[in-house]
Parts: sequence; C-alpha cells; structure tokens
Amino acid sequence: MADQANTGRQETAAPTPAYAIELKGISKAFGPVQANKDINIAVPRGTIHGIIGENGAGKSTLMSILYGFYKADSGAILINGQLTPIPDSQSAIRAGIGMVFQHFKLVQNFTVLENVILGAEDGPMLNSSLAKARKVLAGLSRDYELDVDPDALIEDLSVGHQQRVEILKALYRQAEILILDEPTGVLTPDEADHLFRILKGLKDQGKTIILITHKLREIMEATDNVSVMRRGTMVGTVKTAESSPESLAELMVGRKVLLEVEKKPATPGAVVLQVENLKVRDEHGVERLKGISFDIRAGEILGIAGVAGNGQSELLAALGGMMRASGKVTLKGADLPLSGKGADGQSRRSAGIAHVPEDRHHYGLILDFTAWENVAFGYHNDPKYQKNALFMDNAALRADTEAKMATFDVRPPIPTLAAKSFSGGNQQKIVVAREIERNPDLLLIGQPTRGVDIGAIEFIHKEIVALRDQGKAILLVSVELDEIMSLSDRIAVMFDGRLMGMRNPETTNERELGLLMAGMSGES
Amino acid sequence: MDYATLLQILDSTLRLGTPLLLACLAGLFSERAGIFDIGLEGKMLMSAMASGAVAALSGSVWIGLGAGICASLILAGIHGLASITFRGNQLISGVALNFIASGITVLVAQALFGQGGRTPPLQGAARFNPIDLPFAEALSSVPVLGPFYAEVLSGHSILVYAALAAVPASWWLLYRTRFGLRLRAVGENPAAVDTAGVSVVGLRFAAVAITGVLCGIAGAYMATALQAGFGREMTAGRGYIALAALIFAKWRPWSALGATMLFGFFQALALRPDVVEGVVGRKVPVSLLDALPYILTVLVLAGFVGKAIPPRAGGQPYVKER
Amino acid sequence: MERLPKWADVALVPLISLLFAAVISALVILAIGKDPVEALNTMVTGALGSAYGWGYTLYYTTSFIFTGLAVTVAFHAGLFNIGGEGQAQLGGLGVALVCLAVPWPHWTVALLAASLGAAAFGAAWAAIPAYLQAKRGSHIVITTIMFNYIGAALIVYMLVDVLRPAGQMDPATANFPKETELPTLNHIPGLNLIFEKGVPANVTLFIALAAAVAVWALLWHTRLGYQIRAFGKSEPAARYAGINPFRIIMISMLISGALSGLMSINNVMGEAGRLVQNSSEGAGFIGIAVALMGRNHPIGVVLAAVLFGFLYQGGAELGLWTSIPIELRTVVQGLVILFTGALDQMVRMLLAWVFNFRAQPRAA
Repeated sequence: MADQANTGRQETAAPTPAYAIELKGISKAFGPVQANKDINIAVPRGTIHGIIGENGAGKSTLMSILYGFYKADSGAILINGQLTPIPDSQSAIRAGIGMVFQHFKLVQNFTVLENVILGAEDGPMLNSSLAKARKVLAGLSRDYELDVDPDALIEDLSVGHQQRVEILKALYRQAEILILDEPTGVLTPDEADHLFRILKGLKDQGKTIILITHKLREIMEATDNVSVMRRGTMVGTVKTAESSPESLAELMVGRKVLLEVEKKPATPGAVVLQVENLKVRDEHGVERLKGISFDIRAGEILGIAGVAGNGQSELLAALGGMMRASGKVTLKGADLPLSGKGADGQSRRSAGIAHVPEDRHHYGLILDFTAWENVAFGYHNDPKYQKNALFMDNAALRADTEAKMATFDVRPPIPTLAAKSFSGGNQQKIVVAREIERNPDLLLIGQPTRGVDIGAIEFIHKEIVALRDQGKAILLVSVELDEIMSLSDRIAVMFDGRLMGMRNPETTNERELGLLMAGMSGES
Repeated sequence: MDYATLLQILDSTLRLGTPLLLACLAGLFSERAGIFDIGLEGKMLMSAMASGAVAALSGSVWIGLGAGICASLILAGIHGLASITFRGNQLISGVALNFIASGITVLVAQALFGQGGRTPPLQGAARFNPIDLPFAEALSSVPVLGPFYAEVLSGHSILVYAALAAVPASWWLLYRTRFGLRLRAVGENPAAVDTAGVSVVGLRFAAVAITGVLCGIAGAYMATALQAGFGREMTAGRGYIALAALIFAKWRPWSALGATMLFGFFQALALRPDVVEGVVGRKVPVSLLDALPYILTVLVLAGFVGKAIPPRAGGQPYVKER
Repeated sequence: MERLPKWADVALVPLISLLFAAVISALVILAIGKDPVEALNTMVTGALGSAYGWGYTLYYTTSFIFTGLAVTVAFHAGLFNIGGEGQAQLGGLGVALVCLAVPWPHWTVALLAASLGAAAFGAAWAAIPAYLQAKRGSHIVITTIMFNYIGAALIVYMLVDVLRPAGQMDPATANFPKETELPTLNHIPGLNLIFEKGVPANVTLFIALAAAVAVWALLWHTRLGYQIRAFGKSEPAARYAGINPFRIIMISMLISGALSGLMSINNVMGEAGRLVQNSSEGAGFIGIAVALMGRNHPIGVVLAAVLFGFLYQGGAELGLWTSIPIELRTVVQGLVILFTGALDQMVRMLLAWVFNFRAQPRAA
C-alpha cells in the first residue's frame, strides 16, 4: 500500500503535488482496542476515492482523525504535500477539509442560511453574513444542482435536502476536500443518484472527494480508486475500474463471503398475522403508516425492504405494542388491540409475539443492567422467574441466562456482566436468544444484523430460518437489500408509509426493488 | 378597587417583578445554551449578601453591586465547572449551590457584622435610591396616563430601568449577533457548533457567565434597592419563580418580561390582602396569596397555558461523537 | 470513560467527596476566623462522645434514613424528587390528624395508624407532581420544588386558621394525648442500660431500618423494583418491554412520598408531640445528600444518614458552645451534594489518575 503511494508520487513530479491528502502511519487506540493500525493512504487530487470496510473496520475513526475529532497516537497528515497537523475541527476547516457526517450536524429550528453561516460568519453582526451567504448559496446551487430554499427551516426539509445543506456548509467554507461518511444510508436510490451527480460535478471542478461506505455498489458506480479497510488496518488500495465487487468483498472480510443463506423452500401454513388498513400517527400528528394491509403465514418469512424512515419502524412499533395505531390486526384469528388497554408490550408477549427491535441500545437492552437482568427484560412477569408471589427468582434467572448463553454462543458467557460490556454481535445474540427461545407464534425482527460481525450474522440468519422451519411466522425489517433478498420468502417494499406491492425473491431483482423503494410503482 | 390603589399595586408589581425579570433573563441565557440552572436562587442570595455587606462597608452601592456580581460569578463558575467541564448532573449542581449559598451567606454576614446573619441597614449612597423620570411631576396631571407615568414608571432605582433595558438588549444579542446565533445553536445541537469549528465549552461558559452577571444584579437589587440590607434567605424562592417564568415565557426575552411582571403582580397582591378581599368579596388567607405564584407556576408547568418546548440539548453534557 | 475498580467506585468516591467537603468546610471556618479543630472536637464530643449525644445523633439519623430512601426510590425510577421537604411536612399533618382524631388505647395502635396517616399524606403530596410528570410532562424537579412552597403555605394555613386550639398563641396543634407517646431509647428495656438520660431517638429508628431492608428487597428482588429500575435507566426500552410509564412514575413517587411522610412519626409523634411550623427542618432536603452519598443503595443510605445525623447533632452543638453559626451544616450538606452528585466525575478522574488508570475515551 505504502509502496504504491510512493511510486504514484514519483510518476507525477508536477509543481503542484498530485495528492490532496496523504496519511502516513496513522495509528489510534481506544483503551485495548486498536481502531487504526499504521494506516497509509494517498488520495490523488480531483478524484473520488472510496473507503470501504465493514462496520467497525475503523473507517469512521480514520476520518474523525482527519477532521480533528480525535488525535492520532502516531502518524502524519499531509495536505497538498504539506505536513498539516489537525488538532481540532477548526484546523481541518482551515486546511480545506469539509465533512458530511452520517448523522447530520444541523440545528433543526434554524434556517438553511443560519446553518450555513454558523461558525463561518463574517463579523459580529448577522445581517451582512446572511446577505453574503444568500448570494454565495445561489451560485453554488446553480453550479452543482444543490438547490435548497435558503429560508426553509431544517426540520421541514427532507433528509436528502438536509444532506445538501451539509454539502453547502462545506462548500461555503471553501472546502477543497469533501469527506462523506455513509451518505446514502438514509437516501432513496434516486436521491443517491442525484448525490453522485453532485459529487461528479464537484470532482469536475477539481475538488477531491472521499466516500466512506460499506456498500459495494456505490463504490463501483462512483469512485475512481478504492481503499479497503479491515479490523483497523488498510488491506489494499486499487483502481475501481480494475476491481470487482467479489474481489473487494473478499478483501473486506478476509475470506469468501457466503451472502446466500442456505434454506429449504418455505412450506407456508395457515395465516398467523393478518393486518388490514393499519395506520399510525407519530406524536406530532404526522401519519407515518398510511393504511397498510398484508398477512404472514406460518412457516414464512415476510421481508420488508425500504429506505430507513418510510414507516418500517412504526410498523414494528405498532405490532409490538409500543405505538398506538388504528386498523385491524389479528393474530391466529384473535383481534390485537391497537390502542388503549391491551396495546402494550406485555400483552403482545402473552399473545405470542416476540420482538427483536431495530435499535438494541435504545430498546432491546438496558445497557447498565447485567446480562441476566436483560434476559428477563420484557419477560419479568414470567412465572418461571418468580420465587413466590412477592419475590423474583434471581438465581433461576441467572441459570437460565447461562443456558441461553451456551446455546447462542454468547461470549464471554458471564451472566453477571453488564450488557454494555459485550460486543455488538454478542449483545444482539442476547436479544435474539431471549426472543427466539420464547418459541413465539410471530417474531418481529428489525435490522437483525446491524452493527454485528460476520460470524454473528451467519448465526443469527440461521436461527431465523430455523424458527421459520418450525412453522413460525416472521416479519423481517431490514434496510440491507441483500439480507432481505436472501432470507425472505416474500418481499414487500415500503415507501412513504405504504406498501408498494409484494414480490417473490426468486423472480424479482435489486433493480426492481430499488425502483419500488424510490416510490415508483412497478405494478404490472 | 380604585385607580389609585391599582397604580400602587402596579408600582409594587414593577418593583417586585424586577428581580424576577433579571433572574429570568439570567436563566434564559444559560438554558438557551443548554445548561439548566436551578441555582439562580443561590446566585441571587450570594450576590445579595455580598452587595449588602460591601455596600455597608464601603458606603458605595456601586462597589456593592460589583461585589455582588463577582460573588454570583463565582457560583456560576462552579456550576460551569460541574456541568460543562466535568459533565456532571446540572440539576444536582444547582441544588447543591443553593444550599451552599444559603449557609455561607449567613456564616459570612454573621462573621462580618455579628447581627444574626444580617447586614447593617444601608443608607444614602450605600443604596440605590429612587430616581424620578423626566417630567413626572409635570405629566402627572394628564388624565389616566399621567399618574401611570408618575406613579408606576417613575420613581424606581436605576436597576429597575436597567432590567427593563436588558429585555431588548437580550433580544438583540440573541437574534441579531453572531454570538447569539452560536449560543442558540449550542443549546439546540452542540455537535453542529463543534463541527463548525466553534468551541462548545467556550460558548457555554460565556452563557453561564452572563447568567452570573444578571443574577448578580438581581441579588444586588434585592439587598440594596428593594430592601435596605441583606437578611437571611431574603430571596425567598424568587430564583425558582424566575425559572418557572422562563418556562412560561418559552425561553424568549419579551415573553420573559410579561411572565415576570405577571408573577410580580401576584406578589404585589399578596402584600395587599385587603385589596384582594375587597375585590373577591371575602377574606382570603394570606398563605393562599403567598402560595399563589407557586400554584400558578404549577398550572403553567402542567401545560394548561400553552406548550413549552425547551432547547433540545438542555441539561445534557456535550460528549463528542461521530 | 475511565475505569475504576468497583470497590473504589462504591466506597472511595463518596469518601473522597466527603473529604473534599470537610476540607472546604474547614477553610470556611478558618475564613470566618474560627478554629476548625476546635469545631470538629466540639462536634465529635457533642454528637458521639456520650450515649446522650448518640441519642440525638440517632434521632436525626432516623429522619434522614426515611428521606434518603425516599430520594433513592425516586432516583431509581429516573426521577429527582426534591419535594421530600413538603412531603415530610404533609406527613406531619397526617400524623397530627391521626393522633388528635380519636383517643388511642395504646402507643402501638397509635403508631400503626399514624404511620398510615403519615405515609398517605406524604404520598398524596407526591402524587400531584407525579401525575403531572406522567401525564403532562411537567418537569418533576420544578413541580416538586413548587409543592414544597405550596405545602409550607398549606401547613401555615392549617396551623393558624384550622388546627390551633382556641386561646393558643403560637401556630401549632394541641399537644397529642399521652397514649400516643412513642417509647424513646431510654425507655426500651435493654437499651435503657446504655441510654440513661432522656433522648429523642425512639422506636421509629427500628421502623426506619426496616424500611431500608424493605426498599432493598423491593428494588432488587421484586418485579416492581425491576420495572422501576428498568424504567429509570431507559424509558424507551421500558416501553418496548411493556412497562407502563404512568404506572411506574406514579408508584415510585407514591412510595417516595410515603417514605418522606413517614419521617414525621419520628419528629412529630416521637419527639415534639404536636405539629409546629416547619416541623421537618430541612430533613427532606438532606435526603438528597444522603441518597447521593449513599450511592442510592439502602446500606449506603443508612451509613450516610448516620453521618448526617452526626453532622446535624454536631452542628447544633457548635451553635450551642461556639460562635460558629449552625448554618455551617447547610454548607457541608451543599458541598457533599456538589461533590457526590455533580462533581463525581472529577473525583473519579482524580481517583483514576491515582490508580494509574489512563483516562481514555471509549472506542466507538
């Protein structure tokens, strides 16, 4: 890797250095965890450079070092050939680096204009800064298809538009190097295409762009070069045109990836869950589910695909008893109350619904609780965990936890350890063990493998299929199309609170699903 | 109730509403920057003692005011240290500082003057005295408005007018300057400020310092203008009422003026049970009038008077994350 | 976040915090021109030097155990109940109403009834802020503060206009009948060998200790306690698990208010024998310090209550024998709250540095 960077440098001994950014021997440790280990990378000016790797490979840490959020333990940063220490974000901005974070750093109740000038004002008074920014923004939106209403409040903008504000912020600060961290996670394929057009336009103007992603398709589509990271190290940099998704995937994981899940054809039985005209409003009164209907049969996995934020979370919340809804839902023929008494997590569990929530840190686990306390979570009223009418049987609970940890290979198998001390994969295994071992009639499972390592992904996928083969109904929600494609027996796509039709995974393809995810009805 | 009585009550309203207004604006800066401060009470008390004591010793109310502001700033600094630097619990820090202020003011006043924890009565230049507004005398004959000008608006100490002037000044600072933009941003989303290369810690400390200064003025007003000297627990929960007024005002300067004057009006009424009896038509227990601002505050908090949305990042220490 | 051995976090952090508070208090005493060593001597002799002193220290301890437990229970539900003072005063009203209601045959019966009255009134005073928090999202910290003031005004009204016997000048109830008098430690067989002179500490002490055990069992060994703690750690997760937020907020605040109210069987029934203004004398607020110092665990609460009992009795002795004002207690109380509750990170960082654990941000 380092050699490659050096040779590249000798070839183009031009007056202006060929590399916008060079990182040399960057290392960073958090306690015992080595997040970055001797990273070398050279990004030629005027290119789009992809950095790809799994969750936890160290991509974001590396970029945070580049943006002055973390200080590297060792190594050097060169900007345009100049050694440039970046102790804080201010220095990064001064060096011409702009960053678009995965979670936008916008003030929700400020206007676009106010967000753009924040921290880059011209003087102590606002009026002149605002006037100038208005003019600059008009120019930028003309040049790069970056049109947003400068006076709109951020909270009223779509996610795609909010992202444009982030890009505008960087450009307003005259960034020459733009880093985008997982920019398409919240975009529809259409919005993503628009983003890539913007990035190409910026590249044509000589800007350098670093695109961090774990999606191979984007790398293949948009980048000139790609660097692959694995477990904190840089395993290689290649020209995109000379690589293939397969070879990159192998570099990422370090071995051949089995994206296909082995499973027998489904043998669907009777209808377990019947949903008719389900509607959900959020706390602001906005309709998030606009009347959806579907059913799931015993021994079947229904996969819900879609860009995050199109109502999937609300669907799980309503079925899991966490959110009020209207419409009609029956489980094995019995009505499920959707509001008022009986519309809560406890009633759902006793009705035979288990729920692996999308966000285990916010919902599925109490991070400060021990593993055994978490195993009782949601099932704390279960008679087998009670000593008598008054007291819980903590010893029985610990024993049960030990057994579950053994079955699901949770490491370390210590029931008294706090949940926060486990890795993401092992945390998820605790949640999955708790819910699947209930032997539910219906399993709701959201983003089952988010932030989970490859080994645990395979394990969890197998458990889901095994549950299906026992004749249970499973509702799977995931933003990972691969996961939906390989696990589901039927696929529904969600867009803007509605279901965009059912597809058979055997006969559909990513392209068709992508169109549906963008709200384009491919009904034929 | 006749017009003269009403004017008297409105005059008391302005007098009693002023410390609430100053404290409310103080809280506004802190909370707009994302730092909860239930220690307004303690800062006022500390300043009241310091200003009362120093004014008594030096004979100059202005030196007293300076001392009051400094004393309040020290507490503000500790609160900043606990809630910004060490990311502690902001509510607990406020509670703690209120206790410390409650005890230490008596300790120091007793050590200095030996008068049972009070400061000696202030006179002359050691006190903020009423000033008459121009033409108050001449205009008082104008019907309705004349007496209002002469009786209610005129004849207060300079700090009352300073407090009133602080309302537009706060508005201008918050909504028309770079500092205000950043301050509001840091209370809504500190990460946005941080990634824009502006120091979250610096902004929050600046806000806490403004809070200290304004609470200092409020406390000095209590000891050197409203009363002639410091007495133990003399702020009597005003810091908490100011906090409630801040919620009532939805964290906005002009509304803060309205809210604090309303609460000042209730305090003024509590001083005149005879008037209340005359209006209501039966005897009202004094303790009910005393409790009225608190009861009203609870009603406000219960959301029976509009919905209050606090700054989004309020009360949460800022921890860098990606 | 820096890591400390568990024992250091549990035991050393409060002790170091206490040390800080003590050092600063000593500096304050020096600053007002007094002698801290003499002050400490006076306090120790007065509060711990004799059975008589212990009789007072334990009397205060009893009250503080109740209010400390009250704050603890609410804390585990993620609620900061600053209303202990008002709840304790209302509890006092409950005790007075019960004691004066009917002629009680024996103190045991009276104690049982008065306990119920104290708990019910304390719980009722906590119920309104709890309801407003649960249903309307009113911040419980502010509402409980307001209820302290409203409660104080209510008590004044009751004592001045309703309960004051005709012809009595001071705003207080009539004296409770003799039958409601609780045995003090010097009247209890066995203990009277130690406590020879009359002391205010009374049987309520044992109720307080029993309450500590009950709170411990509740929080860590019952379903309700499990749900309270889960809700306190994460409200969204609790909703996922089907834990009803309204129910938990109400129940934990009712328990908290009841515990605060119960302290008044110690002071109103056990000591004063009538209800006067400001009967709880700030014990409700000390509960905050006791809970923080005791790390929100009943064992810690009992230990911290003894410490604050010492501080209160010692502080009273200071007021009696030296010219240091009794308000020193309030300063120490504030300092303890500051160091254990708000500057705990600082103390921890300091300790971690001593332990040579490098402060390192956690890997994300």
